[in-house]
Amino acid sequence: MANVPADLKYAKSHEWVRVASGVATVGITDHAQHELTDVVFVELPELGRKIKAGEACAVVESVKTASDIYSPVSGEVTEANKAAVENPALVNSEPYGGGWFYKVKLSNPAELDALLTAEQYRAQIGG
Amino acid sequence: MKRTPLFAAHQRLGGKLIEFGGWEMPVQYTGIVDEHLAVRNSAGLFDISHMGEVVVSGPAAEAFLNQTLTNDVRSLAPGQGQYTLMCNERGGAIDDLYAYRLAPLEYLLIINASRITDDVAWLEGRLAGFDRRGDARVWNASDATGALAVQGPRVVQFIDSCFPGPAVSGTLVARPSELKKNELAKFRLGQAEVWVSRTGYTGEDGFEVVAPADLLESLWNRLLEAGQSHGLKPAGLGARDTLRTEVCYPLYGHELDEGTTPLEAGLGFFVALGKPDFAGRAALMKQKINGPTKKLVAFKMTARSAPPRPGYPLWSVGADARRLGVVASGTQSPSLGVGIGMAYVPPGLAQPGTPLEVEVRGKRAPAAVAPKPLYKRPV
Repeated sequence: MANVPADLKYAKSHEWVRVASGVATVGITDHAQHELTDVVFVELPELGRKIKAGEACAVVESVKTASDIYSPVSGEVTEANKAAVENPALVNSEPYGGGWFYKVKLSNPAELDALLTAEQYRAQIGG
Repeated sequence: MKRTPLFAAHQRLGGKLIEFGGWEMPVQYTGIVDEHLAVRNSAGLFDISHMGEVVVSGPAAEAFLNQTLTNDVRSLAPGQGQYTLMCNERGGAIDDLYAYRLAPLEYLLIINASRITDDVAWLEGRLAGFDRRGDARVWNASDATGALAVQGPRVVQFIDSCFPGPAVSGTLVARPSELKKNELAKFRLGQAEVWVSRTGYTGEDGFEVVAPADLLESLWNRLLEAGQSHGLKPAGLGARDTLRTEVCYPLYGHELDEGTTPLEAGLGFFVALGKPDFAGRAALMKQKINGPTKKLVAFKMTARSAPPRPGYPLWSVGADARRLGVVASGTQSPSLGVGIGMAYVPPGLAQPGTPLEVEVRGKRAPAAVAPKPLYKRPV
């Protein structure tokens, strides 16, 4: 059964968001990394880029496919996870920890209310 | 979409199913890298029932096949097989295949799933124009037949327990492990008979099994059980593709098509230009003399980048950099840990070490032509 931490918010497209002091950390869920299997390459947004919720802003590649990552929230990118670029396997081994993707300074915190709760996301992935 | 006799088995094993050549096939079970490394290090079991089987028989079977296929079937004794191609009159590849001589007057062709209809039509058309057509018969056995591949260095340790010998025809070995590369033999299993060959599409030692469709699931289970203590894992088309790409085996539709010749694909070894006339010979002879205008090369990415994938644009490097075409096959190599692929380039750019660039999402990433095969078993 996929790990779905209760304290995070989720997008239908399988990204998670953790918010602290107006900055959101974004990554992909345990369910998503499990579906992708072996992540071999991660492409992250540039610092300072202003992204809109729903926009494709990163790419995660497994052996077989390249998948777009859609930002669950709008804002300016303040940090990209170099460790995940150096070692993409972190996305598989620590999807909610060392395998995070990027951080954004939220421009519209109200968007968070539209995201799924852990319970809702768990229902979506059927388990 | 068509389903193989193992469809239910794949579902039970948690296989992720995709469409391939009109078939619903498992792309992976536990993961491509896991399955790939199982085949390189121990053993993997593949359903290859989507492949087509055509039996060609009769007193003129040899003569008919020899004027249809590029390799020389006369060099096959009963119980031996060879890689070969079937070309149109322009020398373009209609398919690449394995031809086995089952018996003095009987041959088995293993053809690509996506090519069954075209191949059978081509064979029947050739037969209609063959002067001894009354002495040869072409039977498409694809629907009645299933096939498995069991591949990897440890397969030889358990294959004999699944097919107790001795062989009843083909190469008359006492047990499957005595087969040499490209040999095949028929073994009896209860009332049924199955063909076992020492062949594969992974670059590892291994065997392929061709059997009546209704026997396939019991064979699959028997092999899984026998191989369990040897690290055998079910493996899907994803691993099959990465394994064959590492050893630079062509895949029809990627490296080969009707507009591409075996010589351009680097498969001249399997074209017997010295034998009597066969479909495509004149065109291939001409190309052999003039030299092909494109060559299939293998390449590796030379800096960290996204994996190259089929269809990505390929560029030359330097002041006169230009678009050369597209990547034919490309993937992350699970064995080497880098992006690898194959592509057609002008002959002048085919030397190993020649720099290239692969365009990934609008940005060019550096690569270089590399010797084939890209992966060699450590000795």
